[in-house]
Amino acid sequence: MTALLELEDVEARYGPVHALHGISLAVDEGSVVAVLGPNGAGKTTTLRAISGTVRRSGRIQFGGRALHRLGPDGVARLGIAHVPEGRGTFSELTVWENLRLGAYTRRGSVQSELERVFTYFPWLSERRRQQAGTLSGGEQQMLALARAFVHRPRLLLLDEPSLGLAPVLVAELFRIVRDLNETEGLTVLVVEQNAHLALQAADAGYVLEAGRVALSGTTADLKADDSVRRSYLGY
Amino acid sequence: MTQSAAATSATRAVGGALERLPPPTSLLLVAGAAGLLVGSLRSEVFAQLTVQGLALGAVYGSLALALVLVYRATRVVNFAQGELAMATTYIAYQLIKWGLSYWEAFFATLAIAFVLGTVLELALVRPVQHRSVIAAVIVTVGLFILIDGVVNWIWGGDFKYMPTPFGTKTYHLGGVSIARLYPGMLGVVLVSVVLVWALFRFTKLGLGMRAAALRPAESALVGVRVDWMLAIGWGLAAVLGAVAGLMAEPSQFFLDPTLMQPILVYAFAAAVLGGLESPAGAVVGGLAIGVSLNLVVQYVHPITSELQTPFAFAVLLAVLLLKPSGLFGHREVRRV
Repeated sequence: MTALLELEDVEARYGPVHALHGISLAVDEGSVVAVLGPNGAGKTTTLRAISGTVRRSGRIQFGGRALHRLGPDGVARLGIAHVPEGRGTFSELTVWENLRLGAYTRRGSVQSELERVFTYFPWLSERRRQQAGTLSGGEQQMLALARAFVHRPRLLLLDEPSLGLAPVLVAELFRIVRDLNETEGLTVLVVEQNAHLALQAADAGYVLEAGRVALSGTTADLKADDSVRRSYLGY
Repeated sequence: MTQSAAATSATRAVGGALERLPPPTSLLLVAGAAGLLVGSLRSEVFAQLTVQGLALGAVYGSLALALVLVYRATRVVNFAQGELAMATTYIAYQLIKWGLSYWEAFFATLAIAFVLGTVLELALVRPVQHRSVIAAVIVTVGLFILIDGVVNWIWGGDFKYMPTPFGTKTYHLGGVSIARLYPGMLGVVLVSVVLVWALFRFTKLGLGMRAAALRPAESALVGVRVDWMLAIGWGLAAVLGAVAGLMAEPSQFFLDPTLMQPILVYAFAAAVLGGLESPAGAVVGGLAIGVSLNLVVQYVHPITSELQTPFAFAVLLAVLLLKPSGLFGHREVRRV
């Protein structure tokens, strides 16, 4: 397997504060990779460095192309969909307009993309005229995910998808992500506080601590690791 | 989208907009329209003033809409919007002098205005906006002075005369005579406004522009080129301003560099009355200001035409004090 996404010695800062001290990681095409770690470890910043929403240095390669000079819109056009923490739904726009924005970089008709997404989220079809801000938190998270799928990304960046969601919805969400990975070969990089869930859904994982990669491996390796068990799985 | 589908969807959008208005506002609008109708049926002078006021109000509304578009896109109040409109009217004047017909010059001017608005945003506003909004607002005040100076330098301050766009025909409806100019102005402005609205509502570009104005960071994440969208927004605003300038000129019967200065005050009053965030509010606010200025000067004794501009300012002040969100402003519906 070849790496679709490769980060080499990536640093990022918010003003004077260093958030990443040289992160290196690789995501293989067609895999689901989880990023674990405590608060402030730089998990969200890692995703933001990839999508270009934070100032970064170092080498970022995506499908053989360098990302580190591109802004967020350029990264999106290469086929990377980033679902940010707090969802990033356009609450003032309708459900349909949100989905249409997901396909913004695609040319021509997007009807078939929408139909495809409605097979995963059938309820969205009936509510396409509803203002997105009036959806519940869980529904907005699903909408954000659906919007990312309309984009037909080569790589999906998911930031804390379980945040503030009922457990039933979280399970549903991960089931859909896994489903898309298996049936359509979607590559996913997911940041998740809930290590149980993340390691269940992922093929491989990275544990970040204080802006550095502390540990990495397949999910089986990580589950077997004592420090991971103690710190993140709690047994 | 097929035509009938677009039409249905447009009807639904208009119906939906009325439903979404706060009840006092929709009541006020219906009562106002009914009052104008009854007054017009009872008095010929009232009817003439109403039609004229609506035509002038459409011009104010068009400039107000330009202000709202710029404000929504970049959070900048563009004090130079009126002067930009005045300058583009001079460009039309020049094109006609060079031999173009009125309507050729009209459309050529709109194209030039679009380029001008876009370039101004890219060259002058963008570089300072990252520092602070106030810096950008001060730049627009500087632009006001700059444009005024340049126009005076090129064309001089004396009156210029342009051919009339709608001829000199007068319609007679019962005892009411209405110069063709006024329905003409109203028609041109409303068609431009509807076209701009349709662009925002039904096209991918319009969706991108709305998204970029509402949430720039999230828009970039889905691949919208936010910077371009904001520049295009300024271009469209300049086009609406040019329409306002070109339609204001025949109502004044001559062109001079102060053409848009009182109109800018009326447009501000209209935009604030409608709610600075609401495009529909700007247009309705413009019509309301236009009609009420005309009627108040005729029927309210101590207010004469000299007091028109102060009266508009009083409206602006009253709205800011009593209902800062304006008639069409509403609290955002959002569930967390």
